[in-house]
This record gives sequence, C-alpha cells and structure tokens, in this order.
Amino acid sequence: MTSFLEYLGQSTRISFTKLGRASYFLVQILAGLLSLITRPRLLLKQLYSVGVLSFLIITISGLFVGMVLSLQGYYTLSDFGAEETLGVMVAASLVRELGPVVSGLLFAGRAGSALTAEIGLMKATEQLSGMEMMAVDPIRRIITPRFLAGLISMPLLAALFSAVGIIGGQMVGCGLLGVDEGAFWSQMQAGIDFRDDIINGVIKSLVFGFVSSWIALFEGYDAIPTSEGVSRATTRTVVNSAFSILGLDFILTALMFGEH
Amino acid sequence: MDNRVTTQNSLVSVRNLSFSRGTTKIFDNISLDFERGKITAIMGPSGTGKTTLLKLIGGQLFPDQGTITVDGKNVHQLKRAELYDLRKRLGMLFQSGALLTDMNVYDNVAFPLREHTHLPESMIRSLVLMKLQAVGLRGARNLMPNELSGGMARRIALARAIALDPMMILYDEPFTGQDPISMGVLVHLIKSLNTTLGLTSIIVSHDVHDTSAIADYIYVLSGGKIVGQGTPKEIQQSESEWVQQFMTGAADGPVHFHYPAKDYIDDLLSSGKRY
Repeated sequence: MTSFLEYLGQSTRISFTKLGRASYFLVQILAGLLSLITRPRLLLKQLYSVGVLSFLIITISGLFVGMVLSLQGYYTLSDFGAEETLGVMVAASLVRELGPVVSGLLFAGRAGSALTAEIGLMKATEQLSGMEMMAVDPIRRIITPRFLAGLISMPLLAALFSAVGIIGGQMVGCGLLGVDEGAFWSQMQAGIDFRDDIINGVIKSLVFGFVSSWIALFEGYDAIPTSEGVSRATTRTVVNSAFSILGLDFILTALMFGEH
Repeated sequence: MDNRVTTQNSLVSVRNLSFSRGTTKIFDNISLDFERGKITAIMGPSGTGKTTLLKLIGGQLFPDQGTITVDGKNVHQLKRAELYDLRKRLGMLFQSGALLTDMNVYDNVAFPLREHTHLPESMIRSLVLMKLQAVGLRGARNLMPNELSGGMARRIALARAIALDPMMILYDEPFTGQDPISMGVLVHLIKSLNTTLGLTSIIVSHDVHDTSAIADYIYVLSGGKIVGQGTPKEIQQSESEWVQQFMTGAADGPVHFHYPAKDYIDDLLSSGKRY
C-alpha cells in the first residue's frame, strides 16, 4: 500500500515537473516570436515543411470523410424524407467538428511526429548544444519558427479539409444518390452561420494547432537523446496530441455551442 | 569565494569545483588552470566527466559548488546576454562535429558569421573560403554533412569553430574513432591553429599518445579528482600507479579489469537463479 502511494506521489511529481518545464518552454517560444519578424525566411521554410507538405494527406482524407458523411447521412435523412438537408448536415459536421478535429489528428501524426523526431535527433547529435555554444539560441533559431508555422498552418489545413470534404459530399450526394443540387447548396447556405459555425471552427483549429505544435516541439526538445528516447518521444507526441485535441474539442464544443 | 590565482596568465581557472549527476559525484572539489596561448589536455578514462567539464566552462551546466572564470569573468554569474557574448569568443569542437544536417558545408561554416555579423555576402564568402582552406577542405564546400567522413566532419566543425576568430577552442575527444591519417591531420591542425591564430586550446581526450605529443600541460582525472598533472614529460615519469596504468594502458592495476562481482567459484557453482 505504501509503495503504491509512493509510486502515485512520485509519478504525480514527475508529471508536474514536466508540465512546469513545458510551460517554461512555451514562455521561451513566445518570447522569441517578435525576433522572427526580422527573419521571415526561417518561417517560410517551416511553413513549407509543416504546412505545404501536409496538403496531400489533408486533401485526400477530407475528400473521403466528406464522401462517407454524405453516404451515411443520406440513408438516415431519407427515412424522414429530409434528404435535401444533406448539404447542411455535411457542412455543419465538417466545419464544426470533423474539419478541425480530424485535420488536427492528421496534423499531429504527419507534421507533429516529424517535428519531434527532427528536434530529438538534433539534440542527440549535439546540434542544439553546438548552437548554444555558438551563442545562437536554439529556441529562437529552431523552435519558434516551427511553432509559428504550425499555428498558421493548422487553421488553413482545417479549412482545406472542410472545403474538400464538402466537395466530396456533394459529389456523392448529388452525383451518386441524386439529391437535388440546388437544394444541397441553398440549404447549406441558409443553415451555416458564419459567426457560429465557421469562426468557431477556426478557433478550434487554432487551439489544436497551438497545442499539438507545442507538444511536438516540447517532446523533441525534452527527449532523452538516444534512438530509443527519440522513438518514445515521437510516440508520446502522437498520443498526447490526440488526447489533448479530443479533450479540448469537448470543452470547446460545450463552451461554443452550449446555448443552442 | 576563493580568488587564488596560481598562474597570472591563466585564461580559464576552475576553483574548488564540485558537480554531481544524481547521486554520482562527477567532480569533487577540483581546481585547474588553463594558460593563455597553451594547449592544455584533460585526460582520463571514459565516464570521468571530461565532456561535462567543457560544458561547465561553456556555461551550459551549473556547478554545485566552486567557480569557473573565463578571461576574468565568472561564467555562472553572467547574465544571459553576457554569457552569449562570451560564447562568441569561444569555439567548441564537439565529438560528433555537431554540423547542422540541413545545410551544406559552406553554409555550416557561414552559420556563425550570418548569425552574429552583418557582413555582406561577398565578405562572408571570402571568410568561409579562408577558414575552409585552413582545414584543407575548400573543395568540399558543396557537400552535405552526411556525405562527409568522420574526420572531414570534424575538420569542417573546426573551420566553423574558428569562423568568428575565437580566443579559445574547446576540443571534445577530437581523436576518437579516427584513422591514422585523419588523426595525423587533426593533430597537426590543432597544433598549427593554436600557434598561428594565437589561440588557447583545451583538449579533452583519452588518447594518450597523440594528445601528449601536442599538449603543453596535462591534467589526469579519475573518480572526480585530479590524480596527476604536469608537462607531458612529467606525466610520463609520474610515480602514481594510477597514472602509469593509464599512460601504458595496462589491463589491470588500480583500475581493475573485473567489474565488482561475487566470488567466481561460488558464482559458477551456485544454482543460477536470478537474484
């Protein structure tokens, strides 16, 4: 019993020290943001590798998610003769939930894991330490541009996901299942609110981008500098990002759509 | 604070330094001096914290006790900006070279110049080519770090370390894992750079032969203590059994061949159960 309590106490303490380190790390990242204004080139390079290179996976997944949504939605809605509201159903699901959440999960798997592995290996091969000894702050030079790139890319990727998903939904709904195209689009236009749906979706994706970039970069920076350590850190990035995204999604949804 | 200075001319002085990792004591109240313009070597078996000492001097780690002064400044009391200013005047050669893997050789050597100076690109080019010429690798400027041999990577890292014309270079195991030719090249480079650029060098190494060939002064560390010090000649003639074992590479001596274990016969005859 005592050993269990001991174990419990120790793991709590370890988690809290890690949270402390992560918070300090975040403060250092944010403090470096201003200095990035003078060096936009560093940011552009990261926007390419974090954002542009995630285009393909986001587009293809978005397309399929939209197509499946349309298919599933149609069968339920047609029972009630309400298949004309398919457009609004697909769009609302994507813009409010699936766009930010699924693209956040994909982002964590595609870009987050790559960031952790990259930073972890830079640590293992003494590149970060070497920079420090050259009087170059690795957080400003390496971490901050990657963080900002994640923060900017995520809402754009989520928007892309939703847009492509709606096109996929339209293709299946109107092309395959014969829903009236005019009804599909006009119902969507009438049912989706810019402030309530789209802005809230964007806020969600910003939060997910912030959290998953932070987790990915911290895990890399905090990794034990061995091959096993980096591999564990990469796994933790994906798992922790997924949990954080899903948990935060619930909280944000409750706050945003509560009164409806 | 202890302000004794044994040598008037020391660039780095370490006083009463203690440092531990977890429960292991890495340094136990040691004092060392590194003279200006000289090559000083720190030797000792693997795991004695030689690299840790370099990180302490560079201000990357904090000592539990004691002070380290570099060029009259207490490294661990400097503000961040002052520490970074000091580091601009130090070069450090890491064991792996620590080249940035997403840039080619040229950009790696140009890296500190681009980060810390506002020189025009044409002048950076001249400086980079001069530094690369000094290490004999001007022709390799377009290669990526993964295309370099270990010896070449270290030479490139050396070119990068001297890019800002530092006052001192810290070498972390510069000879480990080198073939005889690259070894000879590195030994020659370290010696000639020290003389021609008027540097101060600290070499951390366990390579007895090559290090003592170029060092002016040697400290031998073991178990957190200094077990021997002096010029290479004095060290060769040291009466300390420990230093003798280290210098000659004898398999058994004060440092035992066997890791502590229970009696051999008992162990063989026991049931073999895990305990």
